[in-house]
Amino acid sequence: MVMSSPPLSPPADPQTSVTPTPPPLGAGGFLRWMWRQLTSMRTALILLFCLAIAAIPGSVLPQRGTDPVLVQEWIDNAPTWGPVLDRLGFFDVYAAPWFAAIYLLLFISVIGCVLPRTMHHIRALRTNPPPAPRRLERLAEYRRFELSTDSDLSTAGQSTVTLDAVASDLKSRRWRVSRGDNEHGGWVAAEKGYSRETGNLLFHAALIFLLLAISYGAIFGWRGNVIVREGGGFSNTLTQYDAWGGGRLVSGDALDPFSITLTDFKVEFERDESQRGSPLLFEADVIVQPAPGEEEFTDVIRVNEPLSLDGAKVFLVGHGYAPRMIVRDAEGRAVYDDASIVLPQDGNQTSIGVIKAPDALPQLGFQSLFLPTAAVDNVRGPHSVFPDADDPAMFVSAWIGDLGLDNGVPQSVYRLDTETMTQIGLEAMRPGDVWDLPDGVGSIEFVDVQRWASFQIAHDPGKEPALIAAGVALVGLMLSLFVKRRRVWVRTSQTDSGATVVEIAALARHDEADLADDVNAVQATAEGGAR
Amino acid sequence: MTSASLAEWSNAAVYASMVVLTLSMVAFAVNFSARGTRGTQRSATVTTAMPIAVAVGAGGNEPVASPVAEVIDDPRGRRAGNIGLALAWLAFGLLLLGTTLRGVWAGRVPWGNMYEYSLSSAVAILGVYLIWSTRRDLRFLGLLVTGATLLTLGLAVTVLYTEAAQLVPALKSWWLIIHVSAAAVCGGAFTVAAAMAGLYLWRERAERKNSVTGSVAKLPTASKLDMMTYRILAFAFPLWTFAVIAGAIWAENAWGRYWGWDPKETWAFITWVIYAGYLHARATAGWRGRRAAYIALLGWVSFLINYFGVNLFVNSLHSYAGV
Repeated sequence: MVMSSPPLSPPADPQTSVTPTPPPLGAGGFLRWMWRQLTSMRTALILLFCLAIAAIPGSVLPQRGTDPVLVQEWIDNAPTWGPVLDRLGFFDVYAAPWFAAIYLLLFISVIGCVLPRTMHHIRALRTNPPPAPRRLERLAEYRRFELSTDSDLSTAGQSTVTLDAVASDLKSRRWRVSRGDNEHGGWVAAEKGYSRETGNLLFHAALIFLLLAISYGAIFGWRGNVIVREGGGFSNTLTQYDAWGGGRLVSGDALDPFSITLTDFKVEFERDESQRGSPLLFEADVIVQPAPGEEEFTDVIRVNEPLSLDGAKVFLVGHGYAPRMIVRDAEGRAVYDDASIVLPQDGNQTSIGVIKAPDALPQLGFQSLFLPTAAVDNVRGPHSVFPDADDPAMFVSAWIGDLGLDNGVPQSVYRLDTETMTQIGLEAMRPGDVWDLPDGVGSIEFVDVQRWASFQIAHDPGKEPALIAAGVALVGLMLSLFVKRRRVWVRTSQTDSGATVVEIAALARHDEADLADDVNAVQATAEGGAR
Repeated sequence: MTSASLAEWSNAAVYASMVVLTLSMVAFAVNFSARGTRGTQRSATVTTAMPIAVAVGAGGNEPVASPVAEVIDDPRGRRAGNIGLALAWLAFGLLLLGTTLRGVWAGRVPWGNMYEYSLSSAVAILGVYLIWSTRRDLRFLGLLVTGATLLTLGLAVTVLYTEAAQLVPALKSWWLIIHVSAAAVCGGAFTVAAAMAGLYLWRERAERKNSVTGSVAKLPTASKLDMMTYRILAFAFPLWTFAVIAGAIWAENAWGRYWGWDPKETWAFITWVIYAGYLHARATAGWRGRRAAYIALLGWVSFLINYFGVNLFVNSLHSYAGV
């Protein structure tokens, strides 16, 4: 499937035949018929539209790749259709087999069309333009005029001089020119704009390479997410990531051993009434060590300014709060002392978090609702009204019992399994507050508020090839749309009275071109060359 | 000038532009409906939409049928069209002024939220049309283009209006200027092309039924309309390709991946695929003409879904609407 202009020759190729022929009998014939159908422009067009339609569900339904939690909610809320759609791949459309089938068929169709056309084009590049058709006057752009007789030259001489002038002029303007003579005079045939087809083929070939580059990046690339608290750090090993995904041929053990420390995280939010709360500034000050033993350097990571390291880029993708909490048991022993990460639930950073103190006896667990700028109303209950920590408060619910950590089932650090626990109280706290838990089982202290930043660290070896392929595709596309492929013929003959008649005609190989300029130029040369 | 009065001047310029645009639309409507003295039509042989490409060597082709002659002599309509065009230029100048003042007021490029996008889109629609109209007689298109621009502006000042605010960090990049301006110009071109394709379908139907009378007779021939639709889409498609590539480069820089099937990206892809389909359809037997025009309209719908739908109704990384 290549964007094509109507061929100059009669439509012999199956691409343009109108009625599809029925499949012939026999395996070989049937395969050939299938191949012709697949590589026909009509099939390619239908596949293009299938691709467009197939892409739509991914923009309507939540997708696993971007929001797995939302996907699960959706499925839970639609017990009939959810699992069915899930099995059909509708929550991971762009990795679904049917989506892949469409674009792979499309690309096979492209290859099946590009290859023969490339061969054809290479042949055309080596062939001279064919002589003028017998009836030039049938062409859209046609001129016919007589040269004024010249006393110094015979008619034949005048014809030769004219054609020579036209031919050399066209050659100097980079037309491909062929020249011939016949009993009445002679002819010049010229063609230009081969780069239209070159660009066309380049565009389609570049799209194939783009797909290969994307696949290469998917196979050899990896991506991980990590949350880092102020003052904390992380090093690039698999165990330190909160989430990590790599291509099929990536070993998680051989990541580049850089490490990063988050020294400071700055945020600013719009305080004016209009668009209040929208972020103005995110800035992460970091200390980077490219490899153990190597020299450290400082850097600032901003939203549009990732940190580029050997083989990976570090992007700032999110932020939140980490209130520092101390949990003490009945004896006053600190069994938990850490800045605990809470996860934002809305644009004003109303956040939830969990604290687990397995070393307390019995075990203690806390669910917390953290509000950087606290407000309480009857409809929404406690919530945050501004994303910055202007007036932080925390609603803590305390649980006692068995945290369920010892039964070997992995647990999320952001979720408290309350099945084997009992709620013992609920308290609103401000920084500095200490809440003595009921029955003297211990206490919890809200010390102060820190921030965390989340980073995405990505390595995609396919992105540079993909960019090059996309650039080549764009150049090819522009050549194929803006270059005019056209032929010009000039033919001389004699009238009965012995005067030299010049005929000029031009033909575009696609119906968009305006050829008057070309014909005017040739006419000027023909008239001038005869003098 | 204080910043508050800059904002007022910006709004005043936009409103003034809307008033002038309304007058321009009225003038174009007169241009379209005025009855001139109609001559007889020379030939009604053009029933197919496409100019027949002359096949060399195929031999025996029928000579190319000459297009239906436009024989309406209509001085009043012509004058109205000229007035409409002049008013459209004036409205364009006012709109450009209003948009620029908005940018000066905000201290950045004027596309930080949906209101500003819409202003810029209106500039793009009108700009593409007016610049093109310096090279061709496009007065027949004026009614639809001024209508589309007015609708865009009307939505902007009523539903989408927002006070200027600073850019969120994700938008602070040079790519904002490159990516969004390219997309906005494409939006203008897609809109003009859709108007053209719609008129093509009208005219083509009239020609097929051999009833080219009334307003439809004022349109260029179907084959000319088809050609003009193609020309503008042949300009817009590479630009759209560029806008998508620029967006991918920016996304790589801001979000850590160049393509993530975010709804905006998905619909940009769908739009791209549909217009690619349009270009292929024009080169495929059985798909030229009417079907190609429907595809061009479909591409525009897809662009609109991407522009309004994704910004307002879908949770997307591109939701900067600020409404």
